Amino acid sequence: MAYDLMINGQPRRVSATEDKPLLWVLREDLDMPGTKFGCGAGLCGACTVHVDGMAMRSCQLPIAEAVGKTITTIEHVASTPQGKAISESWVALDVPQCGYCQAGQIMSATALLSENPQPSDEEIESAMSGNICRCATYTRIRSAIRQAAGIDAKEVRHAG
Amino acid sequence: MQAELDRRFFLKATLLAGGTLALDLSVPLARAAGGAPAVLNAFIRIAPDNIVTIGAKNPEIGQGVRTMLPMLIAEELDVDWAQVRIEQTIADQKIYGPQVAGGSRSTPTNWLPLRRVGAAARAMLVEAAAHQWGVEASTLTTGSGKVFHKASGRSIPYAELAPTAATLPAPDPEKVALKPDTAFTIIGHSKMGVDTPAIVSGKPLFGIDTTMPGMVYAAIEICPMFGGTLKSHAQGLEKSMAGVIATVPLNSGYDPKGPADAVAIVANSWWTANQAREALAAEWNPPAQGLQSTEGYEKAAAMTLEQPPQQSLFQSGDVDAALKGAAKTISATYGYPFLAHGTLEPMNCTALYTDGKIELWAPTQRPEGGRDEIAEALGLPREAILIHMTRIGGGFGRRLLNDYMVQVAQIAKALPGRPVKMIYNRTDDIRHDFYRPAGWHKLTAGLDDKGRLIALRDHFVSFGTDGRPIRAAEMSPQEPPARLIDHVDYGMSLLETTMPTGWLRAPTSNAMAFTFQSFLDEVAAAAKTDLPDLMRTILGEARKLPGEGRNPPFDTGRAHAVIDKVCAMAGWGKAGAPKGRGFGFYFSHMGYFAEVVDISVTDGIVKVDKVWVAGDVGRHVINPINAVNQVEGSVIDGLGQALAGQKIELVDGAVVQSNFHDFPLQRIDARPAIETAFVLSDNDPTGLGEPALPPVIPALVNAIFAATGKRVRSLPITTDMLTA
Repeated sequence: MAYDLMINGQPRRVSATEDKPLLWVLREDLDMPGTKFGCGAGLCGACTVHVDGMAMRSCQLPIAEAVGKTITTIEHVASTPQGKAISESWVALDVPQCGYCQAGQIMSATALLSENPQPSDEEIESAMSGNICRCATYTRIRSAIRQAAGIDAKEVRHAG
Repeated sequence: MQAELDRRFFLKATLLAGGTLALDLSVPLARAAGGAPAVLNAFIRIAPDNIVTIGAKNPEIGQGVRTMLPMLIAEELDVDWAQVRIEQTIADQKIYGPQVAGGSRSTPTNWLPLRRVGAAARAMLVEAAAHQWGVEASTLTTGSGKVFHKASGRSIPYAELAPTAATLPAPDPEKVALKPDTAFTIIGHSKMGVDTPAIVSGKPLFGIDTTMPGMVYAAIEICPMFGGTLKSHAQGLEKSMAGVIATVPLNSGYDPKGPADAVAIVANSWWTANQAREALAAEWNPPAQGLQSTEGYEKAAAMTLEQPPQQSLFQSGDVDAALKGAAKTISATYGYPFLAHGTLEPMNCTALYTDGKIELWAPTQRPEGGRDEIAEALGLPREAILIHMTRIGGGFGRRLLNDYMVQVAQIAKALPGRPVKMIYNRTDDIRHDFYRPAGWHKLTAGLDDKGRLIALRDHFVSFGTDGRPIRAAEMSPQEPPARLIDHVDYGMSLLETTMPTGWLRAPTSNAMAFTFQSFLDEVAAAAKTDLPDLMRTILGEARKLPGEGRNPPFDTGRAHAVIDKVCAMAGWGKAGAPKGRGFGFYFSHMGYFAEVVDISVTDGIVKVDKVWVAGDVGRHVINPINAVNQVEGSVIDGLGQALAGQKIELVDGAVVQSNFHDFPLQRIDARPAIETAFVLSDNDPTGLGEPALPPVIPALVNAIFAATGKRVRSLPITTDMLTA
């Protein structure tokens, strides 16, 4: 059946079965492959999006439950000041290795800073512990969040 | 040796590329007036706006080659990095040379060949300028993508010379002049990953992001028991289930004649295809070898360790006599489990089969291997297979084996004219991997009355058939301290297994470093010294031990230097150092790494506080910002192998683990502070994807011993081990 969604500020109509997760709606029906499939069980965070401003695992959110909510994905995350700051510090510190998890990491980090502009190291680790980076770029992820938050973190040289 | 062979082959290939250049010229020449990009060789195009497009030839799995290899070309071409654009080449080793992401070998095998590619094109541009100005080429210099004639003050951008340069014969790459190291402006200077902005903004880059009109999706149900066969499955799902297009029984891949059966479900959505698996109700016949288990392997290994080894790997001196005469002997048994790779992007591939030809969009570390296997499975000539290399969401060795490419090729052949994207779910990915093989070692060492290590025996129990270890289950006869002390005896025994095995980041080294550096820490304690000092004594004077087969030479002087460096960084042995401190050294993939780990243990829970790393990968660290990232990732990856609870278990012939809850990966809260230093030695640069990983595991378990007095002799480390 047809569902009306609000994604990245745009109304989108999608025809799908009611249990199809938002992740697959984004990737297959809306041609937005930035949100990644990692585990399908809410364990790795690769599919993280914002639902009404909260970081949520889109592999666990059936399309029927996404109706009436405001959804933001990696493709649009830089439209908020926090998302822009996070994206820029991710580039400045050259955080990614393979890069596959980074959309989810950025979505979780942006949600964190939106709620808590000056997180402590413990708060960063707690907020980010649901996002796996198989390449283990965790040192830079933490540094990039600190940099975006304006907390001095000169642990990594800037890329030339 | 292999690197040498590859290098020679590659040069020949570049010359071939020079040949194809001549063919290309009819087109660029005709277009030159209109300002089309001029093709200088298979790797380099120069556009009228002086934008230089450089081909990236190797698969990018996160190791940074898509940035680093073009840096080598750009350096010798003498252009500014800002004017460079990177383009992934297709897979064709006849044009580009070896295109493998494996063995940390992209750096050593491309260091000179790709610099020569850049230097040859630069020479052609200089020659074109010399013609144009009527001066000697030797009076010209280059820089920032321009040729300069100092005497007359003239300069001209490459773009204006490129159409003429493209008509000149390519010089012999082995004879072109290379820059002196002191003139480098790109090599050794940090360059951001070329895809970083696209990754951060969610652009499609990865294999799984491939999309095209009319594409359909496949989920795959593979026989859960390795070596089992398909018995039956429900028919007619395409009629009974909305969205399902077809079911395709197929042979599960990598070995086209292998017995591992599968059934693919093709649908208009991957979600639909994956949901239909329950209704497929596939049933399977068990493998001919019966239903094996890791518990069975462990029992068999324990018995085998007590028997004489089935074969000898290495012998020097007289170990029996040396141990009999030893003032002290030390014995211990070590073991480690099967491991999966857990790349975050699950196995996937997209293929389109049309009129006896197939085109693939493949996240693969070894595209030519995939081509060979598809050619055999589908009965196609190699030329009928076109492979595009996508960015890859993690390799770690899993994608050196191309079973998923063969599977999607079989599915695509059943649906000609329709692009098919096949994706494993996470459980498929964990249960149908090529696992790091488990292994066991019974070690005995002998000390003389001065506490010197004089003899070492190891009985290694691994997996194999007919006296040959299976893939990635071997041990090098040169494993130190072989050749470094007088009396060494390595023997090996092999168990049969149905488990498919493969290379996991720093293959064999990730297990051998744990075994030997942990055991040598026990030896050091018995000798009343510490591991760095024991290693210094064993290594002896600086000298080069010859390589053999795939093993490169081993330079004991380089080993000494990194050991000394990391000890200085960490303040090893200084008063006031934390109690829970351990050391490890290992040489693998041509890289020398020594590491120190500080930990604390509370109620059996290990917290890693700090890691120091000293590494020697030659005289240049080509892209420092990525090099540090690789080292930090390797360190945390190695710690995760030991601490996060990773092991793969087989019960009734099938893998038990199914997702990241029971095959856990390291998370951000387990991230220690890491301090990395590179020791620059006068050697050509070598790779960094792997060699920083192995030594962190023994450094960790040696730190645990220092903190708790408990020896960790089997992985993964559990709380029970440390509280019992």
